[in-house]
Amino acid sequence: MTLILMLLPILLWLGVVYLGSLSAMLTQSFFSLDGFSGRVIREFTFRTYNQLLSDASNLDIILRTAGMAAAVTITCALIAFPLAYYMARYANYRMKGLLYLGVMLPLWSSYIVRVYSWRLILAQEGILTWFLNGLGLGGVLNWVLSIPGLGGSSLSFSYLGVFIVFVYIWLPYMILPINAALERVPKSVIEASADLGARPGYTFRKVILPLAFPGVVAGSIFTFSLTLGDYIIPSVFGNSSFYIGQAVYSHQGTAGNIPLAAALTVVPIIIMGVYLLIARRLGAFDAL
Amino acid sequence: MHSERAPLGLRIGTIGAILFLHVPLLLIFLYAFTTEDASFTFPPPGLTTEWFGVLWARREFWEALQLSLTVAVISTGIALALGTITSLALYRSRFFGRDAISLMIILPIALPGIVTGIALRSAINLTGLDFSFWTIVIGHATFCVVTVYNNVIARLRRTNYSQIEASMDLGATTLQTFRYIILPNIATALLAGGMLAFALSFDEVIVTTFTAGQQETLPIWILNQLIRPRDRPVTNVAAIFVIAVTLIPLLLAYRFTRDTSN
Repeated sequence: MTLILMLLPILLWLGVVYLGSLSAMLTQSFFSLDGFSGRVIREFTFRTYNQLLSDASNLDIILRTAGMAAAVTITCALIAFPLAYYMARYANYRMKGLLYLGVMLPLWSSYIVRVYSWRLILAQEGILTWFLNGLGLGGVLNWVLSIPGLGGSSLSFSYLGVFIVFVYIWLPYMILPINAALERVPKSVIEASADLGARPGYTFRKVILPLAFPGVVAGSIFTFSLTLGDYIIPSVFGNSSFYIGQAVYSHQGTAGNIPLAAALTVVPIIIMGVYLLIARRLGAFDAL
Repeated sequence: MHSERAPLGLRIGTIGAILFLHVPLLLIFLYAFTTEDASFTFPPPGLTTEWFGVLWARREFWEALQLSLTVAVISTGIALALGTITSLALYRSRFFGRDAISLMIILPIALPGIVTGIALRSAINLTGLDFSFWTIVIGHATFCVVTVYNNVIARLRRTNYSQIEASMDLGATTLQTFRYIILPNIATALLAGGMLAFALSFDEVIVTTFTAGQQETLPIWILNQLIRPRDRPVTNVAAIFVIAVTLIPLLLAYRFTRDTSN
């Protein structure tokens, strides 16, 4: 009895307010917008989903966002692994604490401030261009920016810019699970491998990497999901091509088309659902 | 094993990743003092402290700061109450649906912010509520509960249950047991969870853009400065302010949980 009383507040708050909101969103995605009056017609219909899937530009947006999320995830894993590995295997107690703090502080410091910092770095007159010019690599930067599908007018308005900022913002979410997985690799297993004659490189590939892989998958859940759902970074750094989040935001905002925005939001939910099922297969949940 | 030195490539990778994470934040400090206000020229042509004064005189900054602080305090309060009661209810019980409740608590932060944002916005729309201070608070409290819940339940699991049993056996009421036994045990966990919740709320921008009407929280103010810059270094000064307001409670939270887990 007391249990029910104690659970009542959370059930009311999250159960009613939050799950209620999620179902409100789902419901809205089955409504449609009257093209003439601009009003939402509150009748059950698949028209909005039909509109979503029949428009090629929506498909473009979904593919672009998923592609970006995949690229960001892979790059984060590549940058995170050496740091996580060093922390787990080589750093002494003091160093480990420092590095841990060094990963936690950016993770918890203000998202918007961290995004803003890249405005300073990527600006045409900013430090990155200055640095590359100093190395005599200014030409390389211009060449990269001229590649269609990668570049843009300047670094701060390009796919590359969006990509770099995404990697920067979500990197800590990748480091922590990989590190946790590596910390759990028993020393005895590594020593056994060495005793049996395996070279360090071989031990790394055949013993450490497979044991750390669930950690990589766990981290990828965050980097992938967070990239799918973000609309601020592409709208600050991107060129005119939309990502899912931006499309959702503009449908519900200026267009007032909440049904379409809601239907489009269901897309990342489905992608993440599938992703989580695969991640579970790969053992990521034990690594969280 | 410990005397082993890391290969050079690994050390470079480690240092590179740490620099990548921290140099951008350092640049924010530098640019708060630049004399150039129309672009982000590097190196800055000169250094000045005048932007601190300019920000001081900006009324909309103080209004945004006040709104953000009030929202964060109230959301943290709600999260503390909900998170504590729920973790007390759940930590020793096993029943059908228990996992569903803990999933429900994590969901608002696990789902992409835009999902939570648009969901709340649809609900506000359907119920015909007006966007206000309270719609922002509802959104924030929803995703802040998880930090309090996680910290408190982890502490409760490490607390010796016999203390609570002893208190009840000796005739203390539930409230007395909570006040004299449970509360002192979970105090630092509450503090840590509360501070994380505060930092989370103070920073949040994605959900807020969907649940706020005309109100500008500090992160939204910064976002608007990003899109329509005016006196660029002033934004940097504001950013330093935000970093300080979030990092101080975080470092304290880190201390509180570290001291007790050692």
